[in-house]
Amino acid sequence: MARLSNDNVELAREIIGNYPRPKSALIPLLHLAQEQDGHLTDEAMAHIGELVGVSSAEVLGTASFYEMFKMEPVGRYMVNICTNISCQLRGGEELLAHAEKTLGIRPGQTTSDGLFTLEDVECIAACTEAPCLQVNYRYEHRISNEGFDQLVNDLRAGRRSDIPSHGVLAEVRQHIPEDRRAGVVTPEDKTAPVWVAAAGEGVK
Amino acid sequence: MITDAPRIITSRFDNADSFMLAGYEATGGYQALRKALSMGPTAVADEVKTATLLGRGGAGFPAGVKWGLAPVNVWPRYLVVNGDESEPGTYKDRLLMERDPHQLIEGVLLACYAIGCGQAFLYVRGEMPLAQERIAAALNDAYAAGYVGKNILGSDFSVDVVLSWGAGAYIVGEETALIESLEGNRGMPRLKPPYFPAAKGLYMQPTIVNNVETLSNLPWIVTNGGEAFAALGAETSRGTRMFAVSGHVKNPGVFEVEYGVTTFRDLIYAPQYAGGILGDRALKAYIPGGASAPWFFEEHLDLPLEKVTVDRAGSMLGSGAVVVMDETTDAVKACLRIVRFFARESCGKCTPCREGTTWLENILQRIQDGYGRPSDLELLLDVSDNISPGIAWPPKQTTICPLGPSAVSPIASALQRFRPEFEARITQAEEARHSIPVTITKASSHG
Repeated sequence: MARLSNDNVELAREIIGNYPRPKSALIPLLHLAQEQDGHLTDEAMAHIGELVGVSSAEVLGTASFYEMFKMEPVGRYMVNICTNISCQLRGGEELLAHAEKTLGIRPGQTTSDGLFTLEDVECIAACTEAPCLQVNYRYEHRISNEGFDQLVNDLRAGRRSDIPSHGVLAEVRQHIPEDRRAGVVTPEDKTAPVWVAAAGEGVK
Repeated sequence: MITDAPRIITSRFDNADSFMLAGYEATGGYQALRKALSMGPTAVADEVKTATLLGRGGAGFPAGVKWGLAPVNVWPRYLVVNGDESEPGTYKDRLLMERDPHQLIEGVLLACYAIGCGQAFLYVRGEMPLAQERIAAALNDAYAAGYVGKNILGSDFSVDVVLSWGAGAYIVGEETALIESLEGNRGMPRLKPPYFPAAKGLYMQPTIVNNVETLSNLPWIVTNGGEAFAALGAETSRGTRMFAVSGHVKNPGVFEVEYGVTTFRDLIYAPQYAGGILGDRALKAYIPGGASAPWFFEEHLDLPLEKVTVDRAGSMLGSGAVVVMDETTDAVKACLRIVRFFARESCGKCTPCREGTTWLENILQRIQDGYGRPSDLELLLDVSDNISPGIAWPPKQTTICPLGPSAVSPIASALQRFRPEFEARITQAEEARHSIPVTITKASSHG
């Protein structure tokens, strides 16, 4: 596993084609690579650099800024437990402590069977559903210790087919049909939009 | 005051098919777009100005005014949708994206039409795959139905709306950092000036950055008129607004209420909203507008959820996040958690924020752990003052963006109110150290 597969290269070119500048596709392409391999490999990052026309150092420079991009292999399931203020008030830290005990690992570590990586994360926008967590960014709301153990058992037993492996985000992608495409507008396109000019509103 | 104002942006939330094109069309969807195309771009912009729609992302800047900041006759212009919801306590944009993606898309189209944007980028937080999925499906359907893309509904209005998403960074909610991220860079805020992306934003072109909730209001405003929107609410805060009430309440939830008139007491105690404090305990404090906001207390409960009123009272409504803390809450622990968030999320560009938030965390951590020193509270304030001179409200800053000061404001308000609690923690620590068994001291003195 290394460079992007042929299918993914095709997808990458489509994504690049949606932006006025190829480098704008960098984060979407990094997600694509992480979806393919579960984490970001050096080879995939170099390949992405070739596709968007920047050095692999620049790709790493961008990738390393963002929490979700993993440079090392992680578990099949990334378990992110929120301990931020709303969750803290409703037992988020106790839930994290319980998860550490159940999984036998500390935040940032992966279980020896390669199934789970645990993270202590910042607010995931489910504050009224505290305490909450995500498994590969799929939400579990108002979860109890027993609920957590059940979740882990279900994942171990393969009973949660609704949760894809780490790296897979949206399972539906945007595809702009060519006959409906308005077209990329680059910074060099200095003319007023047709509908504005037609309305005689060039003053705006 | 609790009113029977209509639900403007959450009107479809109870419908099982709220996120599908058919469900949207059956409930008036895309009618505002048709109407706008017959009105012309200036008339649409005027309706939004009349509505006095305040931005719902945090700063509360009027959307119509923001649109007007784009320099005259400079093209192309871009629209960037800020769907990077991540302010602690905030939970509304994710709901709007997951449950009514077409409403957002129609809002985006209305904004692009009125402002003259050649292309729009809808930036959704990376950790929200369901929102990404729902928007992707909605865009695919809307393109196929002729609502988005080339010659929309047979008119001369053409615009592509491109779904993009982030990868985990709170700072990307700052509009210039969001633009950097969209350009494929590290999400670090840009040095000001230029002060507004409306002048120089994406690819250094005029760019309007609007929040998801802000844009979701546009279809209703265009359909019903700016005056109908402005008839709701009070003073500068018009229409309705979503508030997430979390923490120690009986019925945590997200509620759309009339802006400007509903009070904090209504929101926290009314049975149709959060229903009061858990176990009927006493209120200790509450955060009125996200982790960045100074805390409010009992005496602020009867203030209306009105921007200017709350600003004058020394805090902000921010992103509509009310976090309630009851009398059992440990103020030191809560402050530590908030500061730790900002320390973790500081992008590292400005020294006062990068170093300062880390020191604030270290100091609070040792107080929490029982190693606090008598000088620590003054040290906290001194470090705070280096990030946000004067520790005033609204905060001043020695940094490019407001992230650093956002760590200062809440803990300064907590420290002012609960200083004895912080002091007691430090004194207990001192006493505990002095009561360490004498044998240890003897042993070390012989060594």
